[in-house]
Amino acid sequence: MNEGKREAILGRIREAVRVAAPRPHEGSGRYDSNAIEVPQTSREWLPSVPLDAEGRLNLFREKCSQLRTEFRFLSGQEGAAAALADLRNKQKWTVLGSHHHPMLDPLVQSLGLETLYVEQHPQSKSLERCSVGITACDALIAQTGSILLTARSAGGRALSVLPPHHVVVASVDQLLPDLPAAFELLYEKYGDNYPSFATLITGPSRTGDIERILVLGAHGPRDLTIILLGTNA
Amino acid sequence: MSFTFASKFKIQATKVTADLDHRAKIRAALKSYETARDERKAQYQDWQAARHGAASIKWESLNHLDAYLVDFVTKLSARGTKVFWAGNAQEARDYIVALAKEKRAHTIIKSKTMTSEEIHLNEALRQAGYEVVESDLGEFIVQLRGEAPYHLVFPAMHLTRHEISDLFHEKLHSAPSEHPEELTMIARKELRFKYIQADIGISGANFGIAETGMISITENEGNGRLTTALPKVHVALMGIEKVIPRLSDLALFLPLLATAGTGQQITCYNSLIGGPRQSDEPDGPDEFHLVLLDNNRTQLLADAEQRDALHCIRCGACLNACPIFRNVGGHTYGTTYQGPIGSVITPHLRGLMDWKHLSYASSLCGACTEVCPVKINLHHHLLHNRRNAVASRPDPSERAAFRLFAFLTRYPGLVNRLARISRPLVPFVRVVKPILPAPIKGWLSSRDLPKIARESFRDYWKKR
Ligand code: SF4
Repeated sequence: MNEGKREAILGRIREAVRVAAPRPHEGSGRYDSNAIEVPQTSREWLPSVPLDAEGRLNLFREKCSQLRTEFRFLSGQEGAAAALADLRNKQKWTVLGSHHHPMLDPLVQSLGLETLYVEQHPQSKSLERCSVGITACDALIAQTGSILLTARSAGGRALSVLPPHHVVVASVDQLLPDLPAAFELLYEKYGDNYPSFATLITGPSRTGDIERILVLGAHGPRDLTIILLGTNA
Repeated sequence: MSFTFASKFKIQATKVTADLDHRAKIRAALKSYETARDERKAQYQDWQAARHGAASIKWESLNHLDAYLVDFVTKLSARGTKVFWAGNAQEARDYIVALAKEKRAHTIIKSKTMTSEEIHLNEALRQAGYEVVESDLGEFIVQLRGEAPYHLVFPAMHLTRHEISDLFHEKLHSAPSEHPEELTMIARKELRFKYIQADIGISGANFGIAETGMISITENEGNGRLTTALPKVHVALMGIEKVIPRLSDLALFLPLLATAGTGQQITCYNSLIGGPRQSDEPDGPDEFHLVLLDNNRTQLLADAEQRDALHCIRCGACLNACPIFRNVGGHTYGTTYQGPIGSVITPHLRGLMDWKHLSYASSLCGACTEVCPVKINLHHHLLHNRRNAVASRPDPSERAAFRLFAFLTRYPGLVNRLARISRPLVPFVRVVKPILPAPIKGWLSSRDLPKIARESFRDYWKKR
């Protein structure tokens, strides 16, 4: 199909911006009068993050509990396998959805359940029937309690949002301090060859559309579990 | 026409303002938002600097919009995105309807996009014979009611759980429920298979990133993610002003939007989409279309004085803070974008003379300007619109009134004498009120004229 009115619109824009608008701090009203110098990075304005690794980990844990994300910090593969087996029994998982990844493969196999791997391109309908989607991720962010994942790192777009429970497995060196670091990572890791999809996940799906009362599990997963592996991950 | 929009506003505003239930509902809905927002703001190292930084980034991109748009589009096209430039609403609608036809679509699922409300996309698609389903819970509710969204961010904030329960019972035949949780699950169940069935998913875009050629979508429910993951074709609709220069700018905008919009530190899902499914990815749409919409934005862009109105990230904070919005309600505006920002931009998007009355739907208290996370000079722009409207079509009665005022201030003795003569007449104003001409009658309908003092200050001063 065609490009539409590309040149006409660009022409109008060029014409329009020939006169620059007043800069935000220049004489545009009462609240703008005390001009602020623009620092180089938003890091200086956003909520602060502890500099040491332990402080970050504690902040991440605290954010998870505020967001109602289930957070487990475990020392190794065995601990993770036990935690997953526990969830499997408690929630009576039947079918798993996952993707192939060196950190996930042994864990998923240890659960001994029927598993749909996205690499085999299951239909959305079958993916929807999974009890849980287990994925890896690109990073965790202490500042906000978020998970950064992409279509490439976490098995595409649907696996982490369609099943009612999303389990993320990450290693402790993936924990980043803040949002600027997360975007830097995305930029540096993928260069010009981006995945078509990336998302920052912050807590289980939620809505407040009825009387502004918080309800979890609106359209995405109602449960979000993060399993963080401490050593030899 | 001008008479119609303005008088509709007046009638509706009078009615809603007197509705105390409505007022209580809105106040209750905003109370928890206000607490959460203030807590979040307090966690920033420097909220004011963050606002200023965001405004500077928006200034930069808007004043070089042509260059950033070209970058943005070039990057997107290189990765297989089909970009369509729509000059107006009609062109955007036609493109999307033709696409639906080409794909032999049946069901179309939508995640929240105010831009699609602006171009009345749902009506166009429905008339062409497609089933269109809104998937955001609030939008789903107002769609079932056949209503427009009440608020940019909280489309159904004017409804109680009882009203929603009744609505679901009537339209979806669900069992009545008092619990927001159960009501949400009814919608979830209803919509689950729509995502899987749908042939096309339509979304909006909160930001476009020039540096990398991606759109950014902010949401909480996960409906945006499902809409852009499952259907074979994804169409995103985006105003041309939404482009920002760098990927790292999102580190500022995403938390700012959430804090100002809903009182969250960051919303639940912030997704970046930079094309259709790539060859090494297991799923995702085969086609990704981006419709870039002008629809008079370039006209607002050409007004350097008000260009900053295009900074808007549609957070809704100015609506929440506005005493007028809170009293007249979102539907009274009769516009796609309600509240202070709607009052500023609607005259540019849809005609100054038809919509200039919105410039007066303000107490000029400046609460909107104070809360705006991208520092749009909202209440001053309302004054600019008033000035522009008067300049382009002066009102003779206003002019006469100001002449009279200027004349009287030059002759204080005359004022003194007039006051003395009219003093005994003041009590009779109440009697003749019903037959007075329109603006005076309106002013007096909820007020009494003040009493005129027996002795004027001038006389008192002379005698002293
Ligand atoms: S004008 Fe400012 S406060 Fe209002 S919706 Fe836009 S960004 Fe938010």
